[in-house]
Amino acid sequence: MGNYPGSLKYTKDHEWARAEGSRYVIGITDHAQAELGEVVFVDLPEVGKQVTAGKPFGAAESTKAASDLFAPVTGKVVKANEALKADPSALNSDPYGAGWLVELEPTDGDTSHLMDADSYVKLLG
Amino acid sequence: MSRQTPLNAAHRKLGARMVDFAGWDMPVQYTSVIAEHEAVRTAAGLFDVSHMGEIEFHGPGALAAVNGLLTNDLSRCADGQALYAGLLNDEGGFVDDVVAYRFSAERILVCVNASNREKDFAWMTARARGCTPVDRSDEFAQLALQGPKAAAILQRLTPVQLSGVGTYRFTEGAVAGVDCIIARTGYTGEDGFELYCAPVRAEALWNALLAAGAANGLKPAGLGARDSLRTEMKYALYGNDIDDAHTPLEAGLGWIVKLDKQDFVGKAALERQKAAGVPRRLVGFELTGAGIARHGYPVLKDGQRVGEVTSGTLGPSVKKAIGIGYVPAAHSAEGSTFDVEIRGRPVAARVVKTPFWKRG
Repeated sequence: MGNYPGSLKYTKDHEWARAEGSRYVIGITDHAQAELGEVVFVDLPEVGKQVTAGKPFGAAESTKAASDLFAPVTGKVVKANEALKADPSALNSDPYGAGWLVELEPTDGDTSHLMDADSYVKLLG
Repeated sequence: MSRQTPLNAAHRKLGARMVDFAGWDMPVQYTSVIAEHEAVRTAAGLFDVSHMGEIEFHGPGALAAVNGLLTNDLSRCADGQALYAGLLNDEGGFVDDVVAYRFSAERILVCVNASNREKDFAWMTARARGCTPVDRSDEFAQLALQGPKAAAILQRLTPVQLSGVGTYRFTEGAVAGVDCIIARTGYTGEDGFELYCAPVRAEALWNALLAAGAANGLKPAGLGARDSLRTEMKYALYGNDIDDAHTPLEAGLGWIVKLDKQDFVGKAALERQKAAGVPRRLVGFELTGAGIARHGYPVLKDGQRVGEVTSGTLGPSVKKAIGIGYVPAAHSAEGSTFDVEIRGRPVAARVVKTPFWKRG
């Protein structure tokens, strides 16, 4: 089934976003990590990079394939989870905690496309 | 609707994640690609490879007919020997890469890639001289038991003395009471066996092997591990590393080409290419920058696209980002450097000696 905390917002691309003040911390969902299999490499954007909602901003890679990571909101990268470079296994073991990807400062306030946990679970079917 | 092997229900019972591969519903992993990969390197893994095709040549002209299709020389093999070879088009490109099992000069079984079964059979039928091939793929399931513990596990289930079956040799015998072709072949770089049996007996054989090997750390292994294992050995995967536009000379498979044997389809093209010089070569490389190379990524030299990646992964045993790709012959020597374009950025790579993985 998977674990989808009610405190987070979700996208159809299987990312989550957690509001922290004006910013959002971004990660992948439990469903996404299970689908990827063991993540062996994460490609994250540099701090300062502009990302666009719904567009790829990086990639998570298993032994099998590279999967794009999609930005839940439009904004600027203010932090990237550097610890994942050396050991990306937190993406699988703790996708909502130590497996966070980046922190974004939104430059476009529109978050109407984000879903709550119930809607996301429904999307998963 | 994907085709199913006779082990489909067994895979689902084990909780495998199933994917479509070459039109077949196949297990990509049971629990973890990396754990399954490591089981094969350190103990043993069991793969369902029943999707592979088997085409038989039977009759007085069998040897000459098969040898007229293959790049390698089956006439130099003994009965009971298996041979890796290319099946080429007239331009010297790969129709497929195959393993031919020589039961006798009058009976040869050719194991072909699942994705190429129909194409190969049509090609063989059109081009074979003196013997008509028969597609017997539906009469065989195939299990691959691979790893350093494979022989010990298999020996418990068969009266056949496995010490008498050398690498790329095969015999026939019962395994757990199931009649099998027992071949000491594989696609992982480890010692191991490929077992061909009747589809109706496949699940009994599968279960007997898993039970016999449990104490040795045998794990069912999926296509994910099969791919990472073969990539660490730089074994070519048809459709990824070799195809109808690339010759064995370009693919670094000159050792399976015997230009001094009887005529075979594609021979003239290979002779021409050899005389003119091979323009590009399939090399093994390591990324020295951060990233993982993948099939289809461009190879760049001084910012210009000069080749392409055909396979790449993070090798679970070598613990490095490794790749295989075609580069111009001038940049193919060990130590040569180039870039791989990953999501729009150049990442440095260096040609290394292969296989990438070697038992320490």
